[in-house]
This record gives sequence, C-alpha cells and structure tokens, in this order.
Amino acid sequence: MSATDVDTVHPLELEQPRFSVKKPEVRHDRQGDTPDAQRVERAMRNFVRDFGRTAALYMEACVHCGMCAEACHFYVATGKPEYTPIWKIEPFKQAYKREYGPFAFFFRLLNLKSKVTVGQLQEWQELLYDSCTMCGRCSLICPAGIDISSLVALARHGMCEAGLVPHELWAVAERAQRQGSPLGATPKVFKERIEWLADEHEIDIALDKPEADVLCTLSSIEIMKYPQSIVATAKIMNHLGLAWTFRSDGYEATNFGMLAGNAEWQKDMSMKLIEAAVACGARTLVLPECGHAYGALRWQGANVYGRPLPFQVMHISEFLAQQVEQGRLKLKPLAKSATYHDPCQVSRRGGATAAARTVLQALGVELREMTPGADANWCCGGGGGVVTIHRADALRYKVFQLKMEQIERTQAEVPVTACSNCRQTFDDGQQHFHWDKTMHSLLELVAGNLEPT
Amino acid sequence: MDLLDFARGPGMQYALFVFVFGILWRLVGVLLLATKPDLSEPRRPACWKGMRMVLSRFWPRREFLQRTLATEALGYTFHIGFLVVLVFFLPHLLFLEDVFKRLIGTNLHGLIGVSWPYLSGGVIMVVGAVTVAALIALLVHRVTSPVKRLISNFDDYFSWLVTVAPLITGMMAYAHVWRPYPTVLALHLLSVELLLVWFPFGKLMHALTIFAVRAATGMAFERKGAAL
Repeated sequence: MSATDVDTVHPLELEQPRFSVKKPEVRHDRQGDTPDAQRVERAMRNFVRDFGRTAALYMEACVHCGMCAEACHFYVATGKPEYTPIWKIEPFKQAYKREYGPFAFFFRLLNLKSKVTVGQLQEWQELLYDSCTMCGRCSLICPAGIDISSLVALARHGMCEAGLVPHELWAVAERAQRQGSPLGATPKVFKERIEWLADEHEIDIALDKPEADVLCTLSSIEIMKYPQSIVATAKIMNHLGLAWTFRSDGYEATNFGMLAGNAEWQKDMSMKLIEAAVACGARTLVLPECGHAYGALRWQGANVYGRPLPFQVMHISEFLAQQVEQGRLKLKPLAKSATYHDPCQVSRRGGATAAARTVLQALGVELREMTPGADANWCCGGGGGVVTIHRADALRYKVFQLKMEQIERTQAEVPVTACSNCRQTFDDGQQHFHWDKTMHSLLELVAGNLEPT
Repeated sequence: MDLLDFARGPGMQYALFVFVFGILWRLVGVLLLATKPDLSEPRRPACWKGMRMVLSRFWPRREFLQRTLATEALGYTFHIGFLVVLVFFLPHLLFLEDVFKRLIGTNLHGLIGVSWPYLSGGVIMVVGAVTVAALIALLVHRVTSPVKRLISNFDDYFSWLVTVAPLITGMMAYAHVWRPYPTVLALHLLSVELLLVWFPFGKLMHALTIFAVRAATGMAFERKGAAL
C-alpha cells in the first residue's frame, strides 16, 4: 500500500475512545512486494543486526521452563500456550541456532532446526505484535535472567524490514514518519491547538521560544484526545516560573517507528526532539505522560544520537517529583483514595516507579497499591502498539479484565496513571465493559491542585 | 579391550575432550561478540551492583511464587539431589580425586588439607531415587502442560535422558540388580560420557550461561534503576 493510500483508504478514527486508523475493511498485513525468500532473509539479518553479546547469550540460555507464561497477561487471561513469551520469538531463536550461533553447522548438519519460512513469520505476526505489549513482566520472572521483552523488540526489527507489520501499526507509524504525528497532529494542527487552548483557557502557552531551559514535549494522544494535558503542562510550568517552551519542530514524543520495529524511523523521530532541545539550548527535556516515549528517548535516545545527550531527559512524573522534593511545588490536598497504574516503560522497565508515588503523596491522597503492584503491576494491555490494532481488540479486552479486577480490589476512588496510551486503553475498556471507573492523569491532578506560593 | 576398559579409558578421554572444547567453543563464540556501549545517562552509576541478580534470580519474586511453586520445588529437588549424588558418594569422590591427582599432581586432601565428607551408599540411593522421581515428575509436567509441551524440542527430551541415565545406571550398579557388574559399571560410565558429550551442545550449558546472562541483564537493568 502506498503512502497516500494510507490517508485516503484508511483514515484516522478520532471519535472513539481509542484513537487509531479506522477498522480496515481489507487488511494489509504485508508491506511491499518483496519475494518471500528475501523477506525471511531480511527478517533474520535485521534481527541479528543489533545483536550484541547479551542478546546472543539470551539465545543460548533458555531451558524451556515455561515460567515466563505465568508472568504474561496474555497467557494468564486466556490460558493459550502460544502466548508464552519465549515462544513469541521462536522463529528467530530457530534461525539464530541454525544460521548464526556457535554451533550453527551442527544444527544444520543434523537438521535439528529447520529453515524459517515466510508463512511461519506471518503466523508469528500476531504473537509479536497483537499479543505482546513489551511490558517486561516476563523479563522479571525468567530464572535464567533473559530480557525477553528486548528480544521481542529485536524480532520486530526483523518483521518490519521483512514488511510484515500489522496493518494499523504500520499505517500509524508511516503517518508519523511522513506527517510528524501518528494521529494527524501535524505542526500546523499542533500550533492551532495551542492557539485555541491558550485562548479558551486564558493561559500563556509558550511555543517556539528560541531559548528555554526546559523543553516540554507531548504525545499526539494528548494533543488530539486529551488537550487538557497541554493546558496542565503550561499551567504547572508557568506556576513554577520556568523558562520553558513547546517547539513545533520537536513536540511529538511518541515513537511508533520504535513500536513497529523500524529503526530508521525511530531514529528520525527521536532526532526531531533532540535537535529541538539543542536548538533552544534546553537543559532538560520533559517527556509527556507516555510510557514508550520514555523508553525511546530516556534509554535509547543517546544511542540513536551516537553520543551522550547534551541535556537531561525526564518523564513528567519524575519532573513533578523533583519539583516536590525540592520544595518548589506545593499542592492542595486531594482528600480521596487513589490507586496508581504503573506505565510499564516508566516503572518496571524505566526505573521511575517511585516518582509518581512521591507526587501522589504530595497530593495527600490515600494511596492504595494494587496487588501485584508497582514494578510487578499488570500492564493495561494496550502498550507496544497493541491498542492501535483492531484485530487484537477481543484479546485486549480479556487482558483488560485482569486490570479491572485489580483496580476494583483496591476500592480506591480515583485510578491514576501517567501514560496517555494507558489512559486511552482504559477509556476504551471502560466503554466496552460499561465500567464506572475513569482513569485520571497524574499531570492533570497536579495542575488542578496547585497551591499558590 | 572390553567395554569397561573402553569406558574407563579412551571413552572417558574423548568425552572429556568434547566436553571441554565444546564448552570453550560455545562460550567464546558468544562472548567474543561485540557489544555496543550504552550511551544513556545512567540513573545509577554503579551498574555492577546489578550483578546481585546472579543470586536474586535463584528464587522468584513473591508475586510470581504461587504460579511457579511446583516447577521451582521439583527443579530444586532434582538439581540438589543430582549434586549430592555427584559429590557426596564415595566412589565418585575417589574418581574425582584420581582426576585431580592426574591433573595437578595432588589429590583434594593434599590441596585443601581436609577430607571431603561423604554419605553412605544407602543414603545416596534414597537421594538418587528422589532425584529420579523429581525428574520423572518434571518430564510428566513437560508433556502434560500445554505451555511446556509447545515450547519443548529435541534438546529438552534428550537432555532429560542424558541427565537421568547416569542416575539410573549408577543405582543399578550399586544395587547389583543386573549382572555382570562390570557391564553395568561400563554402562554407567558410558551414560556419564554421553552427558559430557551432549553438555556443550544443548540446554545443559545453562549451568554456565545463566550466570553470565543474569549478570548482563542485572547490570543493564541497574543502569536504568529498573526492577531486577
């Protein structure tokens, strides 16, 4: 499917609780017209392209104990063995042993591993994309210490190069690369939104300042679905009296290039943010309420840039926690009980589990942790691009029931998170199950309870 | 040369050769791969502290224990049982002493100054039986659990076979349930040699690789401050 087809044949759907492309009448889960044999070859070459010692060790160490299944929400919610995390990379393990490992000759000689076929890769598309949010719970349980989630990311590199990405995820990633946003938040739309919001809320929203200490960024889910997050960010930054700005040349922090597995697009998307921060001389780049944006820039940004970043990268929850800890941010007490849904890439995978809790404490809420909670919290089921894929809806709803049960058990009044992708997954689940709980944004709670100093 | 002579002599030498060079080949083949430096600003600079994962992953987190307890219990039973039989049975000790003596010119007693303790043959038989029972239970679990059955391959079943075979032949030799004794002993030695030969090629290598994997993952996660 060509680029223009994506816009005309598969327009965006921005009226439903979940923002994606409209449900395709005909699915295009294969991109390009590469011959099958080449697809397999490309998949494997790109899988091993970034293969260092650690990933190779991972390939060697699995003993097939099957424990990773017990940590995976897709397996636990359905009982289907194919959702066992390590099984999701089976064709890549097979190809590694047969083609690249130290005993490749031995595996080929005895034909212990057969050659991977394109049919196999197509079959695995659902396992690598629809039923894996790369939440990393499996990486937490593996007794061998294999970071299975990182292997899924490498396998997605292979799948993307082979042109085997699910229709919707490819469409939004391609749109993001071409227009600067997966959901149509082009620089023009972004500027109009800022103008409208500033007017509507009678607030100064700094845009395109040539110099700033703090560069704030957004998720297009916020720009298109939760614009109040933009107002909340401005309100807090103004309240703190910081020299801050949004930039129309680097505002989109989501990275669908990374989620689809396109390393080149991932780099382009990260470079926009990095160059915008460098251009305005920012000392801190604040990432929005978005989980994977944190993984993409905080932990992978310097590696795609090729050198250490000349500024600090913080998730908004970390930034707010820092302001609270330094005594610059005082908040009115919110006399309610709350429970916190950990965005996987920020808490478990990102190391910022404590930040949101510091902020919630400053908000004076009675925090009721989920069981399991914090680092072991269940994923909402929408991460890793899964929420965009219509084909995955029924499965995602099953997984979401784990989450609803967890939240119900806390009996907390307010569920809170710091990821707009989790939030839209909750909105969608809420509508589907006619649930009475609405997910709240930590950022918006803070902005609504600023204590004048 | 009869079967026992072969098993004791050239058989054991060939097996040890494959064992040692196979391990080296596989480890070196992986460890020599380059690793790109991580340029992200570490949350915690002392990444080496993540090496605590080498120990911490010996037991699952509280949140996972309920769902994995059976596998953990059976796994520990057979690993510990196997080790006990291997290093606390007098004939094994004498064999290892002999190997030490040939390699470094002194036996273990001469090296560490104390005698290695050992258990009576009866106790070893009980431990061996428990170990075999745990291995059989794990095999049953492997073929009956939909998850394990799906993800298992030749390596899993063959590695099981070469692990259980020395235990069974060893117990047969000790109990004299089959005669002539030299043939049973030869079978025991040959089964050990099969284990040694298969070790570098299949999943038995995890006995060495998991420590490197846990250390690598632990350090990468510690850098981020991510959950270990």
